[in-house]
Amino acid sequence: MKYLDEYRDGRVAAKIRSEIGRVTTRPWTLMEVCGGQTHSIVKHGVDRMLPSQIELVHGPGCPVCVTPLEQIDKAHAIASRPGVTFASFGDMLRVPGSHTDLLRLKSEGADVRIVYAPLDAVRLAQQHPDREVVFFAIGFETTAPANALAVTQAAALGIKNFSMLVSHVLVPPAIAAVLQSPGNRVQGFLGPGHVCTVMGYREYEALAAHFQVPIVITGFEPIDLLDGVLRTVRLLEAGKVELQNQYSRIVTRAGNVAAQRLVWSAFEVCDRKWRGIGTIPKSGLRLRYELQEYDAERRFDVGAMETLEPAACISGQILRGLKKPHDCPAFGSACTPERPLGATMVSAEGACAAYFAYGRHRQEATR
Amino acid sequence: MCLAIPGRVIEVFQDRGLRMARVDFGGTVKKACLEQLPEAVLGDYVLVHVGFALSVVDPAEAERTYRFLEELGQLDEIHMPEGPA
Repeated sequence: MKYLDEYRDGRVAAKIRSEIGRVTTRPWTLMEVCGGQTHSIVKHGVDRMLPSQIELVHGPGCPVCVTPLEQIDKAHAIASRPGVTFASFGDMLRVPGSHTDLLRLKSEGADVRIVYAPLDAVRLAQQHPDREVVFFAIGFETTAPANALAVTQAAALGIKNFSMLVSHVLVPPAIAAVLQSPGNRVQGFLGPGHVCTVMGYREYEALAAHFQVPIVITGFEPIDLLDGVLRTVRLLEAGKVELQNQYSRIVTRAGNVAAQRLVWSAFEVCDRKWRGIGTIPKSGLRLRYELQEYDAERRFDVGAMETLEPAACISGQILRGLKKPHDCPAFGSACTPERPLGATMVSAEGACAAYFAYGRHRQEATR
Repeated sequence: MCLAIPGRVIEVFQDRGLRMARVDFGGTVKKACLEQLPEAVLGDYVLVHVGFALSVVDPAEAERTYRFLEELGQLDEIHMPEGPA
């Protein structure tokens, strides 16, 4: 496929790899922010193409992973109600809450639907006026415009049997939280290409300047990721702090302004709890006051839920780049994608699940 | 979750007040909302995420980045044939 296949070309990858080797003189620790990048890195073995001095640690950018357990429990409470059709992106279905998961609820008779696009959930509400259709609106800034469109469409069309359980998160406050963690090791970032497609990268220029850390907005294919590493290492080696845009075929400095306008027409910034990390100030989105009637938490009055995470799970440290999956004694034994203990194992884009899927729980011991 | 894929716009149409497109992803055709991408026209490659077109792929930038990477090391090969690999 055009704009995909050429960014997987082994010949070009080999050139970048040798250039990274040539410019690297010291150890450097880089973090890729986005879970999609983590998945691609582990799938294609990008981290293993790098000189031993370059370590990639994996960031908090997997929205399924960081959705707090109580939001998942609320989803399950709402989906269990009679008369409710609960619509969700597919990757949320297997994520276990305190007691169950959406797939199990579905097998027990709950009306749980997978939707590809948030607009499909609005169509469901139109087609089934006798049902309360609830959409689980999770994601980073990449997904926010599509989710915003769903609720603004419902409002514009006067659809009353539609609501959203919102658990949206924002990347820049999470990068700041990583950099402010005691013991932070991250010296440079591969920035989240698709988040910046929407938001542009002015916020990341400010982060780079404030924390004196190079950030390279990076794409998702192996060659993009290698190029992102090369650019970041060059900046680090030269002692330069700046923002570069590796993903210039997609990302512009201003981003998609129309999409941003749509996002702010539906959402406002709020404090948000991140699974494994805790509450980060001003790190989430909630529905604007004018759209509160579409807020499923209000409509179904699920209230506050107390939850307890397993003590053995070190996902909070993994999400901040302080540890890696095989540093955890439970990884691959007590904790697997089938029976995850915490955030980084619950989604295919979580660092632990990606390591597990590509056999790293078996290979690391022999490396 | 932030998975987004480039595909070619093969049809533009209106649906319930929204500007929509059919987008061809290497043979698989899916609908995408073009409402927030007014500049996108038939034949453009657009980046689509959960049924929502986020950006038009810039062919000149794609070419520039790729050429630059393809040419990595070539200067060394020309000017420093004995240089380190």
